[in-house]
Amino acid sequence: MNWKTTTAAMGLALLATSGLARADGELNIYNWGNYTSPDVIKKFEAKYNIKVTITDYDSNDTALAKVRQGGTGFDIAVPSQTYVPIWIKEGLVQETDPGKMENFKNVAPEWANPDFDPGRKYSVPWALGTVGVVVNTDAYKGPADSWGIIFNTPDELKGKVNVVPEMNDVIFAAIKYVGGQQCTDDKTVLKKVRDTLVAAKPNWIAMEYNTIEKMGAGDFKATSDWNGSALRQRLANPAIHYNYPKEGYGLWSDNVVVLKEAKNVENAKLFQNFIMDPENAAGLSAFHRYANAITGSDKYMPADMKDAPEVVIPEAAKAQGEFQTMCAPEIQDIYTKIWTELQK
Amino acid sequence: MATAEEVAKAAERRDVRDRWLLSAPALLVIFLAATGPLLIVLIYSFLTPGPYGDVKWQFSPDAWLSVFMERDIFDDTLSLAAAHVTIFWRSIKLAVVTTIATLALGFPTAYFMATRSEKTRDLWLFLITIPFWTNLLIRTFAVLQIIRNEGIINTILLKLGIVSAPVQILYTDTAILIGMAYVYLPLMVLPIYASMEKLDFRLVEAGYDLYATRFKVLRKIIFPLVKPGVIAGSILVFIPALGAYVTPSVLGGGKNMMLSNLIELQFGQGRNWPLGSALSITVMIIVMVALLAYVRNAGKSGVRHG
Repeated sequence: MNWKTTTAAMGLALLATSGLARADGELNIYNWGNYTSPDVIKKFEAKYNIKVTITDYDSNDTALAKVRQGGTGFDIAVPSQTYVPIWIKEGLVQETDPGKMENFKNVAPEWANPDFDPGRKYSVPWALGTVGVVVNTDAYKGPADSWGIIFNTPDELKGKVNVVPEMNDVIFAAIKYVGGQQCTDDKTVLKKVRDTLVAAKPNWIAMEYNTIEKMGAGDFKATSDWNGSALRQRLANPAIHYNYPKEGYGLWSDNVVVLKEAKNVENAKLFQNFIMDPENAAGLSAFHRYANAITGSDKYMPADMKDAPEVVIPEAAKAQGEFQTMCAPEIQDIYTKIWTELQK
Repeated sequence: MATAEEVAKAAERRDVRDRWLLSAPALLVIFLAATGPLLIVLIYSFLTPGPYGDVKWQFSPDAWLSVFMERDIFDDTLSLAAAHVTIFWRSIKLAVVTTIATLALGFPTAYFMATRSEKTRDLWLFLITIPFWTNLLIRTFAVLQIIRNEGIINTILLKLGIVSAPVQILYTDTAILIGMAYVYLPLMVLPIYASMEKLDFRLVEAGYDLYATRFKVLRKIIFPLVKPGVIAGSILVFIPALGAYVTPSVLGGGKNMMLSNLIELQFGQGRNWPLGSALSITVMIIVMVALLAYVRNAGKSGVRHG
C-alpha cells in the first residue's frame, strides 16, 4: 500500500466515523498551534457543509520550509506579515483577490491596503498584535513602559526576567532601546545592540516561549511577550500588567493566504470571506485573544476583551508602535551572528 | 558433457546468485536509507544558503569555514569561531559529566540488582524499564515540577524551615545535570546489569578468601569483568547526551545554546542550511573520533577472563 492509498483509506475511515460523509468538500488549514477557534470552524463547516482539517506549526520558518517543499495537501496558511512578501515572491500563494470579496468592506481602512500585500490581492487579516513588556507588579512597582526592564533590569527583577526567544522580535526591541531604526545596517548601532544584549543576559533567568504558565506560577516576574499572551496572564493573575515600551514596540499581523498548490481553492476563498465577517472575526479573537482588523467586530467581542489594555492600544502609546518588516538577507545574517553570540 | 561436479558447482553458483538477487532490494533499501540522507546533508554543507532558507545549487566552502572561523561582524577580522567553540565545548562537557554521573549511579544499581535472587531480579529489571513507558518530554516536565520554585523540593524545604526563600534550581546547570542523569540512567544500568548478571560471584568469594580488600575485589575482579557493559553503557549515554535538545532547553531555560540548538537555529531563524549541515557533520565526526578512541583504549587493556 503506498502512501496515497494509505491516506485515502485513513480519510475514508475518518469520514465514516465523523458522520460527515456527505460533506460537499474539504478544507485543509495549516496554522499556528492553539490559534484557531473550534467554534468558528464548526460554524463554517455547518454553513457550507465543508469538512475542515487543521494542522499546527510552531514558527514562520517551519511553515515556509514545509510549504516550499510542496505536496503538503494544505489549502490555507497563516504567515506573519513579515513573511507574506516572501510567500508571494516565492510563488507559493495564489491571487484570490480578497479585496474584491463581499465581506472586504468590513476590513478597517488602515488594514485594507498594507505594504506587505498592496491592494490585498492575496491575504486576509487573521489577528493583530504587539510585542511588549509584561511585569508582575507584586515584584516590581516602578515604571515599566520601557525595554529597560529587559535590557537594563531593575534590581527587584534581576534573575527573574524571561525573554521570548524570537530572534527578530528581540533584536528589534534592542535596536529600539539603543535608539536605532529596524533593519539598520549601521555597524555602530548593531554593535551597541550586541553589547546591550550580552550585558543584559546575566540578569535573565530564561529564554522561553512558555510564559503564560511560568508567569502564573511565579517562576518569572517579568518577560517580553505578545499582547494576547499577556491578556491571558492578567486574567489568571490581576497583578500582571502589559506595557508598551516608550522607545518603540513592534506591531505585527498574521494573514490568511491560499496556497498555490491548494486543491480546494473555492472552499479556501469561502473561508477568507467568512472570517472577514464581524461576528466570525470576533469569534476568532475570543479564542486567540488578539485583536482583529474587522470593523464592527467589537460588539461581538467577549466583555473581558472590549477595553482590555492589551488589546486596545492606549492613545498615549499609539505613536510608538511600528510595523515590523523583514530585513534583507545580509542584515538577517548579522542578526543570526549577534543571536549566536548572545546565546553562546 | 558437464561432469557431475561441474553441475553441482553451477547449481551452487546459481544458488549464491539467487540469494544475492533476492536480498538485493532489502540491502539496497538499507544502504540508501542509511547513506541517502547523510549524503544530502554532506552535499548541502558545500552549497550556498538561499536568501530565505533552503539552498542555492552553487558550490561554496563558506559553511565549513564558518564552522571553525568567523569574520567579526564589526571589524571584519577573521578569527577562531569562539562562539561555536564555546557551544561545542559546553555540549561535550555536559555529555561527559552526564556519562560520569549515570555511571556513578548506575554501577551500584546494577550491582544491587545482580546480587538479588533470580525471582526478584526480574522485578527490579521491570522497574528500571518503567520510565521508558512515558515520553522523554513528559519525564523532563516531571523533573521540572519537582525542582521549580513552587515545586515539591522547595515546598518541603520551606515548610521545614530549612530555607527562607526558594532555592533556585530550575534554569541552572545543576537542573540540566539532574534531568540528564535521570533521563539517561536506564541506558547505563541495563548494559552494566547484563554484564553483571553473567558475573561468576564465586570469583568474588575467592578474592575475599585470598584476603583482598573490598576495594581491591571491586577494582581487580568485578570491574574488569563488567567492563564491556560499562563501555556499552557509556557509549549509549554519551552519544545521545551530546545531541540532547529537550532536557537542556526545558530545564536550562534556553539561555545557553547546546549544539543541537545551534544547528536548529541555522535551519530556522538563521536560514543558513549549509552551515547547519556542516555543523551536523562536525558533530558526527566528534562522536566517531570519541568512539574510536574509547573502543581502542578499552580494547587494549581489556583482558579476557574466564
